[in-house]
Amino acid sequence: MSQEKSKSSNYIAQAWLVILLGLLYGGGLAGVQLSLKDKIEENKRNEIYSQIPELVQGADREKVEALVLTGADGKESVVYKTLNSDGQVAGWVIRAAGSGFADRIEVLIGLSATADQVSGIFVLDQKETPGLGDYITGADFLARWKDKPADGSIVIVKGEAQKEDQVQALTGATVSSDSVAAIVNSAVKNMVEAIKKQK
Amino acid sequence: MMSNQEPTALERFINGILPENPVYRQLLGMCPTLAVTNGLKPAMTMAGATAFVLICANIMTSLMRNLLKPHLRILVFTLTIATFVTIADKFLAAYLYPMSKVLGPYVPLIIVNCLIISRCEICSSKQGVGTAIADGFGMSIGFALALASIAGVRELLGSGTLFGFEILSPEIWPAWGIMVLPPGAFLTLGLLLGLAEWIGSMKKKTA
Repeated sequence: MSQEKSKSSNYIAQAWLVILLGLLYGGGLAGVQLSLKDKIEENKRNEIYSQIPELVQGADREKVEALVLTGADGKESVVYKTLNSDGQVAGWVIRAAGSGFADRIEVLIGLSATADQVSGIFVLDQKETPGLGDYITGADFLARWKDKPADGSIVIVKGEAQKEDQVQALTGATVSSDSVAAIVNSAVKNMVEAIKKQK
Repeated sequence: MMSNQEPTALERFINGILPENPVYRQLLGMCPTLAVTNGLKPAMTMAGATAFVLICANIMTSLMRNLLKPHLRILVFTLTIATFVTIADKFLAAYLYPMSKVLGPYVPLIIVNCLIISRCEICSSKQGVGTAIADGFGMSIGFALALASIAGVRELLGSGTLFGFEILSPEIWPAWGIMVLPPGAFLTLGLLLGLAEWIGSMKKKTA
């Protein structure tokens, strides 16, 4: 037996268990992924769809169409076209993300049928400071985003909002509030033209 | 390979719960202990996921114990643990979606929970399947008890609730926000560890 051959067969003798386990576990995981993939996707979709009636007045949850549109920055993103029960366009929902105080914040932004106004927002995912910044997910804060201009001009103010384009900041969480505003503004500016062309 | 001094299945089971409690006696698995104990629900989900991974990994390594090459054993342990962690992660995302969002990255991080690899090294790679299962259950119960004690204190003082049910109403208890924040985790763990040590030393004195 040559030196070369005994060496390679030695490798196999040493590592056969690792190789076999790798294949076995890999197969097992592929099976788990295949059987659970649809369920996990459905959970995510349900979470988005269950929010749509809150974001767009009169939208029918069963009549939502996911579109892939190219924004002003040349990138594609998902926009949900929502219809009311008569089949008319009720509004649009943009999915957007950006950096917050601690980590990425993911939001859904509802737009009116003409895409001129923000009809509401919902925070899908965030890891802001518990007890302060995480109030951006609270109904109280989200309600402050109703009927705001959809041209990227929303500003966060301390104290009560006086003008149409103002949103009251969360006490003790100015950075988180500003982050949400920045995400909403940039997403709206980016997508509004593409949405208006859709009609 | 097997020596007569190895603890029996029953001893392994009992040791895991209190005498060798993973958190209070071995100080293992500190990452989930600190990170997901701001409420009992996430803490118990984490304890369940860890128990699943620990017991499955113990069974697999025990079955393979005579085939292990000493210098490749850690690789085999890690491979086994990573597989079961991925399965646990997918199951949570599929059937307990809101909880899996709360736990976030801490489910995949079970892979680096030293409790599991230490049980593979100390117990299941040396002893039979029955002992490995008993050890896995004992350690899992010990870990769950430890997480429950810390999460219970933090949730009660921090939010006035237990498992989300109101125990202390806001009128009589101004929730201490700091208890559900990271500093609360360190404070609670430190104080409870001190208490456990103190009880241990009192027992020794009276014995």
